Amino acid sequence: MSTIGTMSPYLVLLLVGFLPNEIWRILGVVVAHGIDESSEVMVWLRAVATGVLAGVIAKLIFAAPGTLADVPLSVRLAAMALGFVTFLAVRRSIFAGVLAGEAVLIIGAVAAGA
Amino acid sequence: MSDATVSALSPAAAFLSGVKTSLTSIYTLVMLGTFVGISALAHDYGFSLWWLAAATMLMWAGPGQVILITALGHGSPLFEAALAVCLSGLRLLPMVVTLLPLIRRPATRTAALLLPAHITAISMWVESMRLLPPMPREQRLAFTNGLGLGFMIPAHIGSLIGYYLVASLPSALTAGLLFLSPMSFLVSTSRNARMLVDRLALGIGLVVAPLLAYGQIQLDLMWTGIIAGSAAYAIHRLREAMR
Repeated sequence: MSTIGTMSPYLVLLLVGFLPNEIWRILGVVVAHGIDESSEVMVWLRAVATGVLAGVIAKLIFAAPGTLADVPLSVRLAAMALGFVTFLAVRRSIFAGVLAGEAVLIIGAVAAGA
Repeated sequence: MSDATVSALSPAAAFLSGVKTSLTSIYTLVMLGTFVGISALAHDYGFSLWWLAAATMLMWAGPGQVILITALGHGSPLFEAALAVCLSGLRLLPMVVTLLPLIRRPATRTAALLLPAHITAISMWVESMRLLPPMPREQRLAFTNGLGLGFMIPAHIGSLIGYYLVASLPSALTAGLLFLSPMSFLVSTSRNARMLVDRLALGIGLVVAPLLAYGQIQLDLMWTGIIAGSAAYAIHRLREAMR
């Protein structure tokens, strides 16, 4: 929470979490008719939003928090890769993918003595 | 149940039926797991359980909450954190826009649509789009409110579990809890990526992000989004043009 400084964490939540997120829902109520989801600008914006999400996933793996950082990076990457391959192999099942990734990570963490 | 009794459901009964539907949905399990992971992150980055509960009620967006917690936890500037949250929230717009016409009636005031819009998230949206069409229109608003608020119950329970588990489990298992968010986001995002352009943005982003972080580029989350999203979009346009 280092950047929050002296600001109340709840004020930060309102300004940095709630408002920038809620604006899309409010906008959705206001313009509920007449947004073309397949318009070019929307396609680009959705791709940018997906890119941001990819950035967060990478951040949590490469600059991992807490005890996850004690697990070797090679184990973290292998767990992600095997989880994803399992997801693709088992009828695009989120559950199967997460389960496989978790198994690899925990076994790898124990093996590496983390 | 005959059609006559279905359409006779009072708003309170329709609301309760929405809550019941949420608790028996597969997404209740997803909520539990997702929020165990988010809560483990919140604990590790030093946020309180009350703050997380407030964030869940105010934001109600798993990826947005993880972005906020991660960005603040890594000491990103507030402006960048807000921008990243804002970009990730974009997916809510098409959901709200497609949901509201299903629950609106000529007499519905706009103010009454603010709650269903606020609790719109992937879980509630998917279930609403499936369950609302055969339902009498007059009970859809209350049902949707019950459905969306019902999904918050497993989210809060998951938060409670994750927060205490991460403080008490052996480190290999807490690493597993912290790994829940990135792993589940990777598979759920690629599952929701309907178009090639979205899958490309995800793949390119996963490569670009560590490079930017390695180069210690400022505002790396924002740049990852813009670079990966624009490159994916450019490839999409090229393919369209070559058809």
